[in-house]
Amino acid sequence: MQNHPVYSDNDPQNELSTLNLGPTHPATHGVFQNVLQLDGERIVSGVSTIGYIHRAFEKIAEHRPFYQITPLTDRLNYCSSPINNMGWHMTVEKLLGIETPKRVDYLRVIIMELARISDHIICNGVLGVDTGAFTGFLYMMEHREAIYEIYEEVCGSRLTTNIGRIGGFERNFNTIAFNKLRKFLKDFPPVLKEFESLFNRNRIFVDRTKGVAEVTAEQALSFSWSGPLLRAAGVDYDVREMEPYSSYEDFDFEVPVGEKGDVYARFLVRNEEMWQSLRIIEQALVKLEKEPTDIFHADVPEFYLPPKEEVYNNMEALIYHFKIVMGEVPTPNTEVYHSVEGANGELGFYLVNDGGRSPYRLHFRRPSFINYQMYAPMSRGMLLSDAIINMSSLNVIAGELDA
Amino acid sequence: MGKITNEELLKKINMQFDGQLTVIGEPFGLLTLETTREKIISILSWLKTEPSLQFIYLTDITAIHYPEQEKQIGVIYHLHSLVNNVRIRIKVFLDENDIHIPTATTVWDGANWMERETYDFFGVLFDGHPDLRRILNVDDMTAFPMRKEFPLEDPNRVDKKDYFFGR
Repeated sequence: MQNHPVYSDNDPQNELSTLNLGPTHPATHGVFQNVLQLDGERIVSGVSTIGYIHRAFEKIAEHRPFYQITPLTDRLNYCSSPINNMGWHMTVEKLLGIETPKRVDYLRVIIMELARISDHIICNGVLGVDTGAFTGFLYMMEHREAIYEIYEEVCGSRLTTNIGRIGGFERNFNTIAFNKLRKFLKDFPPVLKEFESLFNRNRIFVDRTKGVAEVTAEQALSFSWSGPLLRAAGVDYDVREMEPYSSYEDFDFEVPVGEKGDVYARFLVRNEEMWQSLRIIEQALVKLEKEPTDIFHADVPEFYLPPKEEVYNNMEALIYHFKIVMGEVPTPNTEVYHSVEGANGELGFYLVNDGGRSPYRLHFRRPSFINYQMYAPMSRGMLLSDAIINMSSLNVIAGELDA
Repeated sequence: MGKITNEELLKKINMQFDGQLTVIGEPFGLLTLETTREKIISILSWLKTEPSLQFIYLTDITAIHYPEQEKQIGVIYHLHSLVNNVRIRIKVFLDENDIHIPTATTVWDGANWMERETYDFFGVLFDGHPDLRRILNVDDMTAFPMRKEFPLEDPNRVDKKDYFFGR
């Protein structure tokens, strides 16, 4: 990595031009700045500047009780916030030793896989837009809306969901939610199929993406890549399969793996992951039929807020409500690392607890942050237009990058 | 859990680095060791290259601040062996007045930004790092904001003091 080109001009003949790509540029899809040195249209060197929307979540988390940290995790990867929410809940459940019922696990799996699909819809749709095809993006966006409507039925909000609670969900799924889910499962596969037939063998798209930004498995591992990017480079690392959480071991799914790690391989891996997610959701719906329909949270009154009407009428519920809100429930004095397969890769939570009401230290292992650091080094020698496509296919989300 | 147990892993590490690591514990099955900054890089690169272990994946580098301890700042490495599917956590504690540790960018390229982030928030100086600048905060910031003495909000504010809540 080189020094900042703005500060040190290593171009004696003054033949290179400096270009500020970002921080606000329509092609970067977020707040990313890259100071590039260009020789014609080829990138000679680049330096990424990040931190434009840094909000000090780790510091804020040290001052908040566990259940108030969930809204912070929403704002990490805001394209798939349910995965962040549930990853955080599972971390706390691991710390407190809470066993969730199978039905909660399956409901979580459904929501997490919907979130993965909605994230991949954005990434692959935008990749199409950047190569000049707006149609696919709009076709797919309609179905992201359907996913957001399912969230809305379950938790009331759409983008920053704050879905679920420590121990399960705040309320049971209603029939409308299941009906919308079944409608989505019926409507979405033909659209995804159409999307694939529009792109997979499209001459323009393949020419623009194939062989662009190739990454070997060794490079990807050395840069600690994870998620679809690492799998596109040929390493079959998926947290869902390696260290199953939320009963993923009950499901039958495949981990798609690419070969060359180029933009085209990443596109194909993401598309295939959407098919696998649909498969998982369908299996989860079948499994749910065997579970009792009234269970939606674990039986942990010390950590799960009682329903409001009970707080007013029931002594026990009032005590628990008070204890939870005032943070007077003792928690273990230990440390825990828990990771989930986010839409962009391994989303880890490293929580050090000292027994108090808020974490002593909380660190987010954010896949976008770690994936993005290869962007500037790998752009060297690339055409500017290819670098734009490469950034889209990395699917870096500014909120997750800057925390 | 992974293909090799924590006992086997610990036995192998102790055979190679006898007495240079101390076991902190195994919280939630994740073997946690402590070592010194003189040894950390040789341990990390041995863990990465040893054929029976192959901790090729650097999951995370971060730090923690314990103001009441003699060695205040702890640097924490999380490694993952994708072959054996086992994780390990290694800690190095540093004195606040001599907060130097060798860089792990010589072992993994991905350590670059993780160490920059750790420097940015805790002021840990990674010796030999190619580009140790602040990463998320502004360049001209002087404090290290994740240290415990750095206030989250206005320290003169009294409406959130514990004694108002009977704590």
